[in-house]
Amino acid sequence: MSGPSPAFRSAVALRDDALAGKLRVAEIVEETLARVARTEPTIDAFLHVDADGARARAEELDRRVAAGEASGRLFGVPIAVKDNICTRSMPTTCGSRMLEGYLPPYDAHVVERLLAEGAVLIGKTNCDEFGMGSSTENSAFKPTRNPHDPTRVPGGSSGGSAAAVAAGVVPLALGTDTGGSIRQPASLCGVVGFKPTYGAVSRRGLVAFASSLDQIGPFGASVLDVAHLASALAGHDPHDSTSAAFEPPDYASLLSRSVDGLRLGVHEDFLEKIKDAGVKERLRAAVRQLRDAGARIVRLDDLDFLTRVGIPTYYLVATAEASANLARYDGMRYGPREEAADLAATYARTRGARFGDEVRRRILLGTFALRAGHKDAYYERACKVRRLVQRAFAAAFERVDLMIGGTSPVAAFPLGRNVTDPVTMYRCDALTVPASLAGLPAASVPCGRTAEGLPVGLQILGPPRADAEVLSCASAFEQLSGRFGDLAPLAVEAAAEGDDA
Amino acid sequence: MSGAAYESVIGLEVHVQLATRTKLFCGCLNVYGADANTNVCSVCTGQPGALPVLNGFALELAVRAGLALGCAIASRTKFDRKNYFYPDLPKGYQISQLERPVNGEGSLRFVNEAGEERVVRIARAHLEEDAGKTMHPDGDRSSLVDLNRAGIPLLEIVSAPDLRTPQEAYRYLTELKRRLRYARVSECDMEKGSLRCDANVSIRPAGATELGTRTEIKNLNSFRNVERALAHEIERQTAVVEEGGSVVQETRTWREDEERTETLRSKEEAEDYRYFPDPDLPEFELEEERVDAIRAALPEMPDVKRARYVGSLGIPEATADVLTADRDAAEWFDACVAALPDGGDAKGVANAVTGVVLALANDQGVSIADLRLTPERLVEVVGLVDDGTISRQAARKVIAELDAGDEAPAEVVERLGLAQVSDEDALGATVDEVIAAQEKVVEDYRGGNENALNALVGGVMKATKGKANPQLARELLIRRLGGAGG
Repeated sequence: MSGPSPAFRSAVALRDDALAGKLRVAEIVEETLARVARTEPTIDAFLHVDADGARARAEELDRRVAAGEASGRLFGVPIAVKDNICTRSMPTTCGSRMLEGYLPPYDAHVVERLLAEGAVLIGKTNCDEFGMGSSTENSAFKPTRNPHDPTRVPGGSSGGSAAAVAAGVVPLALGTDTGGSIRQPASLCGVVGFKPTYGAVSRRGLVAFASSLDQIGPFGASVLDVAHLASALAGHDPHDSTSAAFEPPDYASLLSRSVDGLRLGVHEDFLEKIKDAGVKERLRAAVRQLRDAGARIVRLDDLDFLTRVGIPTYYLVATAEASANLARYDGMRYGPREEAADLAATYARTRGARFGDEVRRRILLGTFALRAGHKDAYYERACKVRRLVQRAFAAAFERVDLMIGGTSPVAAFPLGRNVTDPVTMYRCDALTVPASLAGLPAASVPCGRTAEGLPVGLQILGPPRADAEVLSCASAFEQLSGRFGDLAPLAVEAAAEGDDA
Repeated sequence: MSGAAYESVIGLEVHVQLATRTKLFCGCLNVYGADANTNVCSVCTGQPGALPVLNGFALELAVRAGLALGCAIASRTKFDRKNYFYPDLPKGYQISQLERPVNGEGSLRFVNEAGEERVVRIARAHLEEDAGKTMHPDGDRSSLVDLNRAGIPLLEIVSAPDLRTPQEAYRYLTELKRRLRYARVSECDMEKGSLRCDANVSIRPAGATELGTRTEIKNLNSFRNVERALAHEIERQTAVVEEGGSVVQETRTWREDEERTETLRSKEEAEDYRYFPDPDLPEFELEEERVDAIRAALPEMPDVKRARYVGSLGIPEATADVLTADRDAAEWFDACVAALPDGGDAKGVANAVTGVVLALANDQGVSIADLRLTPERLVEVVGLVDDGTISRQAARKVIAELDAGDEAPAEVVERLGLAQVSDEDALGATVDEVIAAQEKVVEDYRGGNENALNALVGGVMKATKGKANPQLARELLIRRLGGAGG
């Protein structure tokens, strides 16, 4: 093979070459499919790969180039889509047996946007069932493995998308973030992940887990690529009543190289109180780099309660909403049905057999939180605390421009370690759920590796609608650290090729 | 113990389908009678990832209904999820309104069976989506679900427990329906399911202020059945109490064929709907200007109209009742009044509308608004009667002809030769002929029989084939024969 393989190049470079006719989209797609074939046996990032669809799409795009009609911000760029986002060309299972074989009758709003921008959909990526989990081990079909160390998890719930980017299979992927499901796997896989402000990206076609928290966002190897995809995704959609009525700017054109004078807030819960020494050390170094580059680091001492109340508040709100959102899976209109003696028994059997343990656990928790007599103490109190969280952040953002800290308190952990201990698993979300509760934009950018060689992510949070500022700071940090992604593809590829040899 | 020892307390929950073009949260058509599952989409079938968007016109109709019922309109409103499982409920929850309903307290004024004016409080009137329809084909173990109805906008109107008799319930419903039809909010057609009613009823010792244990009655498919079911249920509850038992709180169903209510489910099985705010539909403000605009466009309500007809137009109460029973008729009449010259005969027009025009529409099975006959033409015809050009009898024919073609009233009168003979000379000869031919009757009249005069007028009418002006014929006869018994 001559020159660098397309999949190792940035989305922007691929697009520019494809538009200029220097690289045929068909070549990009073939190379991508070849990488899928090489990495999947180790990584298991995909639930569905649409080789025929991608090839047909490449032909169509190449014809446009030949006709001089090629355009699009993501022209010719192969993109992987998390399996809880509806695609009419591919099954959408949400990693659940409940939706096994389900083919949606429509494309999600974001998928329409990708196609309008000239992207090529490669396949659907693995995830924790209905987005419920932090390791992708709750997928009903298979776990995904971390490309940096296949004995470890990629994080979750968007583990498949993070792993596919980290393994260099695709330059960009879509994930969804309810309590950290983009940022945490980005951190564990050493890639850039971005959760936009709640409402910036339409949720139409995103299979709901917790509607007031769910948000679609991009994964990429670099902030620039992520900014391009984030711009393509964002914008008002009249078919989503929670879609914000504002037209976001072109993030990519606003990326800065400097953090000089930027006020960055740091709270000890997001840094000094992290127990994992390797993770803490990388984060301290990142803060030093930013300070040395002229950022003003501001200690925020009065935000203790964010991490203290974050997890319980999040798990009450999210499970309450989930208990209603997942009620539609009753085996009546779509998906498999487990017939039983009568209606109630059919419901019970279908839902009992088709939902996994974690999904059933959360439905039960949410149902309990909304029960008459308990609603005041649980659901409603959680909603009140959530408003306090929003206020606390608002107050903090009067003193600082952005906040920085860890994305995950731990690096990638071995498969199987936390599966039987849901509470330990929930604690993985301690640093990501506060921003979710407040609907804030937040990114995770790689900031080095632990002694074991596992990636660590720096989280950057901004006030609502400061998506451009968050990405700009992420870009500046990326320049400082000299890392453009922290891909693990070579190791994986070497392993795969070694096997072949 | 006599029945009067107990008083019944009744509250009604009425669901009306709003007359929108499309459903409450998606673009599917809101129509009745389409083939099963043809008006459905990803939203109203509850596909994964589908999101609701509120139909602004449904909200407007809900506010319009609220204004027609004197409700306090919420300044902020929101939707809640009501969770329960049923195959005709695609999402496993119904989008409804628990807190902050669009319409708060209001009231409905009507005259009860005893002729007393009653004011019944309305507790709330909120928006929600309809469910689909489940059908259980005979002899088949399977059930069928039609989701065409799923997502159709409903307004649930909940009365306070202010009704005291089944007859009052009937009258309340009649007045409610009339108002909602006036406001063009709903067809309110129970046969098509665009109005449905559940009744809550309890009894208590007459004069007591505490409420007794209530039962809810479902499956009521007509206003008459509401009345009958309530009467039976009150009888049943009274018997239970008189036998020393106590009423159990439960939901009962009306068995029309057996004329009784029976238990559907007890309170122990009652569901906890786990309401919570729908996160897909943020709370929103109902701007005052918007509500004012809806209020300004609201038509005159039937009670106000009726008072105006009786008070300033001098129309008899019974006629005013007929005119205001239906908004189309009242508006048609209003257009007549507008076309009437100063000092014109509003009463005559009212009689023509109620006596002739409504019958004409009824015969054709159309609304009065859909007749070819126009209010302006009717006013002309009434004018022709008043000035003696044609008889009332002939006016009927003219009206029917006007509705069948495009002629002017005068043309019809001319073509059919319906003009009355009002010329004394022309009619005098005929009057003389009738007097000469009917000696016996003339003698009776002269002998003091007033009725004999009518027979002679009839003779003149017959001889002129109905064209004689009966008033003039009568005058000429009296003039020639002298006063009765003269």
